[in-house]
Amino acid sequence: MPEITRDEVAHLANLARIDLDDAELDHLAPQLSVILESVASISGVAGEDIPPTSHALPLTNVFREDVVRPSLTPEQALSGAPAVDQQRFSVPRILGEEA
Amino acid sequence: MSGWIRKTASEMADALAAGEVTSVELTQAHLDRIAAVDTPTDRRGVHAFLHVDAEGALAQAAESDARRSAGSPLSALDGVPIAVKDVLATEGLPTTCGSKILEGWIPPYDATVVARLKAAGLPILGKTNMDEFAMGSSTEHSAYGATHNPWDLDRIPGGSGGGSAAAVAAFEAPLAIGTDTGGSIRQPGAVTGTVGVKPTYGGVSRYGLVALANSLDQAGPVTRTVLDSALLHEVIGGHDPMDSTSIDQPLPDLVAAAKQGAAGDLSGVRVGVIKELSGDGWQPGVITRFQESVDLLVKAGAEVVEVSCPHFVHAMAAYYLILPAEASSNLAKFDAMRYGLRVWPEGKPDASAEEVMRATRDAGFGDEVKRRIILGTYALSSGYYDAYYGQAQKVRTLISRDFEAAFEQADVLVSPTAPTTAFKLGEKLDDPIAMYLNDLATIPANLAGVPGISVPSGLAEEDGLPAGFQILAPALADDRCYRVGAALEAALLEQWGGPLLDQAPALNGADA
Repeated sequence: MPEITRDEVAHLANLARIDLDDAELDHLAPQLSVILESVASISGVAGEDIPPTSHALPLTNVFREDVVRPSLTPEQALSGAPAVDQQRFSVPRILGEEA
Repeated sequence: MSGWIRKTASEMADALAAGEVTSVELTQAHLDRIAAVDTPTDRRGVHAFLHVDAEGALAQAAESDARRSAGSPLSALDGVPIAVKDVLATEGLPTTCGSKILEGWIPPYDATVVARLKAAGLPILGKTNMDEFAMGSSTEHSAYGATHNPWDLDRIPGGSGGGSAAAVAAFEAPLAIGTDTGGSIRQPGAVTGTVGVKPTYGGVSRYGLVALANSLDQAGPVTRTVLDSALLHEVIGGHDPMDSTSIDQPLPDLVAAAKQGAAGDLSGVRVGVIKELSGDGWQPGVITRFQESVDLLVKAGAEVVEVSCPHFVHAMAAYYLILPAEASSNLAKFDAMRYGLRVWPEGKPDASAEEVMRATRDAGFGDEVKRRIILGTYALSSGYYDAYYGQAQKVRTLISRDFEAAFEQADVLVSPTAPTTAFKLGEKLDDPIAMYLNDLATIPANLAGVPGISVPSGLAEEDGLPAGFQILAPALADDRCYRVGAALEAALLEQWGGPLLDQAPALNGADA
């Protein structure tokens, strides 16, 4: 029976870049275990010989001509930015203190 | 002007063409209705809208009226107002996806669906409420509060597109756009007594539709009649070079199919009843209305056969692995850097980008979104990938094969749209599995990419609430959904002596 422990949920939240507090971890871990239990029935349904389907349409490599098309102006592209500096997205520091 | 709002979109279009009403008058009548029933200050409202754009809608209406008086070319729905689910980008209008993480975001461009509505002259009344990022079956997961079912304000309007369905059911809009990833157009249609269509995957552009699960998402019509859905589908459908998964083939003639069906003759049409989609756990009143509808199809000349789709029992498990996997990847873009919410961790003015990202995603996402992101992250992690995501993709193949086999025996497949009528707000909010079961009958179509429609089949005896009848067709044969749907609708209208929504209680204090 699959089960997700509280520690595993904390690890997954870390991978997904979400700061979950203790109360959220307590709440989510048992719920996720129940969900996993209910989807676990899927193992063994399809044999080795069944190919996977990732997409309903059998489309591959849709190309267009490599030509310049109308696009957003810098002002439009930056219009939703939390912070802007010199026509660029301004973000918090991305390196450690010592860098 | 209030009499106009109860007409169908097709009747409104005819009245506009005959000069009996202007688009500005129609649009104003709907804005008045929204003001009266949506978020009235003195009582509970439907709360179908997250944002109403009175000024913009009236300006678009005036332009339509001007084109009409100038004798310029007009679309079939020119001047008929519409509401748009808040998951589609609208230039200059807020687009939140029901999430705090996008609060205040104003897209700099239009989704293709929205651009086509504007080009066809449909004034956009506003943006409708939804479960956050379309994750849910009740619209209770909206960060901006639930939408209420116009049939009973204590009940859910379905989800994720509960806002679009409720707006149409409450006569706040004659037409709306929804999106359907696992049933989010069809299930709200079923529980509000309205019509909802999920087109063939790739039949309507996804450009500018904020993705939940790219391989499953599909935008489509939400209306009160089958013909109205066909008219709207023809406005929004067809190939779009901006969406690489858009099908480069012309749409079938959907309006002609709806009109053919409404004439009532289904001779030669083979209807397959899906054996696996009824029985234990299905509300008896929903099943009764379903069987009566099947009988009406027989009366119209259809040949009914029972078909078996043995892998549909695994569809929900496959869906709740594939969807979270795709969603966890899609929602990674909400990183607090380029648009949307940015939250600094408390007491850390020198926080790193990664710390800001974590704090923002914790503050900006609701419970259900977090559940699914973590589930998806789990399903995609090494060690579990083959057992879960890999298996789910194989089951997806088996479900498509079930459809192929069933469509050899029948031209369309039918089932009840949802296992129950609308449940009470709050009833299943903290029980994810109970909530997920609402989409039992609608999910297989998304996994296989085939089209489906939900048409009202009447009121369940136990609770007097609407039930839905689902019709599924092979990919690219959306016209079959419209033909059979319109035939059923015509037969039921005759039985009821008028539209089902005539039986809905008047919304307190507002006459329509």
